Amino acid sequence: MNKLLTRIFGRLPIGWLQLIHSKTRFIAAIAGVSFATLLVFMQLGILGALNNSVIAPYEFFEADILISAEDANTITDGSNVARARLFQSLSVPGVVDGAALYIGNMEFKLADGTSSTLQTFGIDTSKGDFLSPNIGQQLRLLRDENTALIDTAIRGVAPSVFEGLATGKPFSFEISDKTLTAVGVLELGGSFFTDGTLFVSDQTFLRFFGNRSSGAPNHILINVDDGISVDVVAARLRDALPASLVKVQTLAAATTADQTYQTTERPTGIIFGFGVLIGVIVGIVIVYQVLSTDVADHLHEYATFKAMGYGQSFFLGIVFEEAIVLAVFGFIPGLIVSLGLYIGMSAATGLPIEMDPQRIIMVFIGTLVACIISGAIATLRLVGADPADLF
Amino acid sequence: MSNAAIQVQGLNHYFGQGEACKQAIWELNLEIERGKLTILMGPSGSGKTTVLTLMGCLREVQEGSLRLLGSEINGASETQLTGFRRKLGFIFQAHNLHESLTATQNVQMGLQVHGPGNAATQLAATQHMLAIVGLADHMDYLPGNLSGGQKQRIAVARALVSNPEIVFADEPTAALDKESGMNVVAMLKALGKSRQTTTVMVTHDNRILELADRIITMEDGRIVGDTKL
Repeated sequence: MNKLLTRIFGRLPIGWLQLIHSKTRFIAAIAGVSFATLLVFMQLGILGALNNSVIAPYEFFEADILISAEDANTITDGSNVARARLFQSLSVPGVVDGAALYIGNMEFKLADGTSSTLQTFGIDTSKGDFLSPNIGQQLRLLRDENTALIDTAIRGVAPSVFEGLATGKPFSFEISDKTLTAVGVLELGGSFFTDGTLFVSDQTFLRFFGNRSSGAPNHILINVDDGISVDVVAARLRDALPASLVKVQTLAAATTADQTYQTTERPTGIIFGFGVLIGVIVGIVIVYQVLSTDVADHLHEYATFKAMGYGQSFFLGIVFEEAIVLAVFGFIPGLIVSLGLYIGMSAATGLPIEMDPQRIIMVFIGTLVACIISGAIATLRLVGADPADLF
Repeated sequence: MSNAAIQVQGLNHYFGQGEACKQAIWELNLEIERGKLTILMGPSGSGKTTVLTLMGCLREVQEGSLRLLGSEINGASETQLTGFRRKLGFIFQAHNLHESLTATQNVQMGLQVHGPGNAATQLAATQHMLAIVGLADHMDYLPGNLSGGQKQRIAVARALVSNPEIVFADEPTAALDKESGMNVVAMLKALGKSRQTTTVMVTHDNRILELADRIITMEDGRIVGDTKL
């Protein structure tokens, strides 16, 4: 290691030697940086889980355009849309087909008393084209009355409950005093708002939600002709429909808008955003503390080097060397522990808390930059000081 | 132009600011010849260490002229001062070795200040220097595992390894027992003689006066005695 570093720097790797000289302090410094990294990873993980759980339901659908009530900010809130808008839309040039989408929450109870909230989507069983292949293919199974596709990853429910479904054995359960039979499966799991997902036909949906009417779905899904731009058709739809009542968005734009709304306007999102910010600040403070203590501890030695004729760039070099060593050595355990905690938190909450490579790179670069800037600030006291005053 | 290694004219130095300002050096005039061992003596607070650190470019010159090897250092920029420091060797009262570096690595720092250079040549020069100061068997020891005398000898090796033209030593024997102290100074004197190095040493250790070529005595920031032996 020494020889390698000597070759890289063209001088003795003083920063490295200085750090490993006292093993306990080196471990403490690394633990500090690891903790800072861990803190940021955890906050980003929770924020990421919120983002993922907002996006997830949209991924069931493969429509081009989503028509929602003007006051709808997320997939579930807002008023209903008159089904008449669907028929109006079908007359707009470029629109191939449309489907009404009904959404509601159902209480799912098991014999052992566990209760979960399931986000339930109701859609016409002939509209498989609007759904992702997995769901689309199973949609015809829902033509039988009171049947459903059930989420095998419902929070708090063991997946073994649904094992029979794989072998073709339907699974029946009671919801609102009516029997619903699961004939197929999907896998999503819990979000911040619900514990799982259920897909049913529009007819079944209306039977279970007695206060809903077929004339008032939550959203209308639209598919456009292959040869025409989605944006052009969306613009035509906006012209054709009353802007005061409905808004027309591409499905991608609706997803992004929901995500932005959840993270910047809803309290949960804002709280997690603050968590990230505070994680970053605490991280920077820890790293700065570690490096400035190290500079202070070696001030004597640096003063000697300065007296010998070493310049500021030499000291910056040493501190950068230390910053890089600390960033690398601190990041790795921080990342490993975070991965473990992600798995643990994900299992405990059923939330989609996952590490993505982009986040790893981002946090590593952040750690490196924080270490380097802290190091540069820590060496400032050496600039311009007379070596004789430093002893 | 004089051939002196160090020329001091009208040097004043103050510590503190405003009301608390105190003059430590008063109108000092001094010339130090090349290749000699000059000793600065005097009681504590007489300003001898201040003069030494001023001459060693460790303190900014405030007033008066101080020429090292013919170049004025009053008003020199930080970069120029760094350049001057590289031509000098400084031995401190405490050895000031880097605790994380071995004897060899500490001495190498005295060479690498001049640039990366050839690693093999540097190592050879370092080992030669350590052998001269009698530490051939302790090259890979960390300072923490060496005695005070051994550490001070490493510090001497570090100061001398790059063949500086002037060597400053600030009470190099203060932390040592009589025998190690004498050894270190005798070694400094011998090395200075063989290399034609100018050596300026601050001490109030009477035991080593007999080795000096010249003894300058200071009191209250002024020179009160100057004896050439």
